[in-house]
Amino acid sequence: MSDVEDGPADTVEEVTGTGIPIRGNDIDTDQIIPARFMKVVTFDGLGEYAFFDQRFDDEDNEKDHPFNEERFQGANVLVVNSNFGCGSSREHAPQALMRWGIDAIVGESFAEIFAGNCLALGIPTLTADHESINALQQWVDDHPDEDLHVDVVRETVEYGDNEMGANVDKAQHKALVEGVWDTTALMEANAAATRDVAESLPYVESGSLPEVESDD
Amino acid sequence: MSEGTLYDKVWDEHTVTTLPTGQTQLFVGLHLIHEVTSPQAFGMLQERDLDVAYPELTHATVDHIVPTGDRSRPFENDAAERMMEELEENVRDAGIEFDDPTTGDQGIVHVIGPEQGITTPGKTIVCGDSHTSTHGAFGAIGFGIGTSQIRDVLATQCIAMEKQKVRKIEVTGELGPGVEAKDVILEIIRRLGTDGGVGHVYEYAGEAIENMGMEGRMSICNMSIEGGARAGYVNPDETTYEWLAETDAYADDPEKFERHKEYWESIRSDAEAEYDDVVTIDGSELEPVVTWGTTPGQGIGITDPIPDPEEMASGDADVARRAQEHMRVEPGETMNGYDIDVAFLGSCTNARLPDLRAAANVVEGREVDDGVRAFVVPGSQRVKAAAEEEGLDQVFTEAGFDWRDAGCSMCLGMNDDQLQGDEACASSSNRNFIGRQGSKDGRTVLMNPRMVAAAAITGEVTDVREMKGVSLA
Repeated sequence: MSDVEDGPADTVEEVTGTGIPIRGNDIDTDQIIPARFMKVVTFDGLGEYAFFDQRFDDEDNEKDHPFNEERFQGANVLVVNSNFGCGSSREHAPQALMRWGIDAIVGESFAEIFAGNCLALGIPTLTADHESINALQQWVDDHPDEDLHVDVVRETVEYGDNEMGANVDKAQHKALVEGVWDTTALMEANAAATRDVAESLPYVESGSLPEVESDD
Repeated sequence: MSEGTLYDKVWDEHTVTTLPTGQTQLFVGLHLIHEVTSPQAFGMLQERDLDVAYPELTHATVDHIVPTGDRSRPFENDAAERMMEELEENVRDAGIEFDDPTTGDQGIVHVIGPEQGITTPGKTIVCGDSHTSTHGAFGAIGFGIGTSQIRDVLATQCIAMEKQKVRKIEVTGELGPGVEAKDVILEIIRRLGTDGGVGHVYEYAGEAIENMGMEGRMSICNMSIEGGARAGYVNPDETTYEWLAETDAYADDPEKFERHKEYWESIRSDAEAEYDDVVTIDGSELEPVVTWGTTPGQGIGITDPIPDPEEMASGDADVARRAQEHMRVEPGETMNGYDIDVAFLGSCTNARLPDLRAAANVVEGREVDDGVRAFVVPGSQRVKAAAEEEGLDQVFTEAGFDWRDAGCSMCLGMNDDQLQGDEACASSSNRNFIGRQGSKDGRTVLMNPRMVAAAAITGEVTDVREMKGVSLA
């Protein structure tokens, strides 16, 4: 389990480490973190509940699941198939994965809100075609102790003697590589421009506008 | 690139600037918050010593964890009580209006916005809940956001976003008797896939949509996210304006109504608007749709056979095989006659007054099947009161339904309303994911409210059109 703090680092240009495959399309956020574990007011400790219902039976005995396998403990690159993270907007899902130890996810495709939530946490989500992902999952399965190298800058994943292209969404690329993904700070700097837009909207009552200093 | 659509216009009206990431900084007209996804965001705000920038454009309710039975404080469940207290403290400190259960205005966040008239056309609306797309029924652009983005909105009243493509989905013709908005959206997701809408906003149009009331339009927009589209909307029209004129926001202020209406009219998609994509569906061909699997895209007409995974592409086939194993159904069978243990009428998809009326009409004078646990969870306290005014609560309770207080309830099983073991549930909610309703072995069959009522009475999935003496008008 990784020890992480809330809030952004500087840049995320690459992630190196061992991989863990989770196979299947349409893996939804209710599977990644069942709702009953969201009755909390912080994200602390969510890591142990990642994929909980896939990992444990009714008597809390371990079931077959990569997150339970000894050989994948310590892995930080998750390799998934298509539409991963569909469903709810709960940030608890990437938070649980991050707190379990995941630093990057490579897959066929991601649900949009999930990918956005990952970016807010500095977790890159790279995409590649079905065949490439299958090959990578197989390699990770066969080489659980070997590092793979996720290069966000070059948009590649290197493993063994292979290098595969992997797409990083344009805004995500810029945000991670240039370290401009603290959107609160970025947008706070435009408080006066924000107020101008608010003022121009016919449905915003003037009484609800805050006083702000002009933007730098 | 789309041009001249409602989405394009609302996007432009709310654009503050382009950020260094290339994303747009977009002003948020209404920020809805609830107890599950907001506490961590308030915590992040405190860490940075920031205040809520626009508290008057922020509105809170409690829905996910709130009990639907005994609601006396403190709540019996300690974790639920803790979350409630946290929300109370946060909204008090920030000066945010909060519809708690003592106000009579509490309810599911996507039910209360529209009923109070704070959901309006041409507004950007966000909430830490994926079903925020619901508000698109009014010609608003609503999207679900994560907790870090909630922090952004609390601190700046803006979100950082990339503009999406616009797909127009035209539902032509007239829906047949017993076919409802829920069936239309389940069919759309079945055809376009659970990820078909990724990167897109859906504009719903066509005769079948135009003829729907606001509640039906909300059911459709609500499930846009189940089709991968982060937002979905319907252009505002007279039906929209009639609804709004009667809400708290406008009922006593016709001058404000007319002033705002000018804006609402101005953001409608132009007749010659350009779309990235157009899909047409013949509404007159549809029948009630039910799900056979564990994603909302795994739906079929009630008389259609369950599909064979062998005839699907490899990725879909694996998902279908696992789903059929979980649900214990076989290809070639229909869902008609599938035994159920629980009937749940509720959720932000289908727990508004016309939903309850339609279901009550099926239930009236009948009794819930012996083996079935059936309950109604109105979408809001106002919906509940209005239904009681009409005597719907009597109809349901006399038939053997439990009549509860408002909340998300068994849609996601965060309170005590949960499936037990491998119970099968006929549900008017929006997700049939494994584990969604509180039990990892539970089985969910999504359907429209009348079909839930019919299943409660017979104890099995039933084509409501075949029930004798039921008016489908």
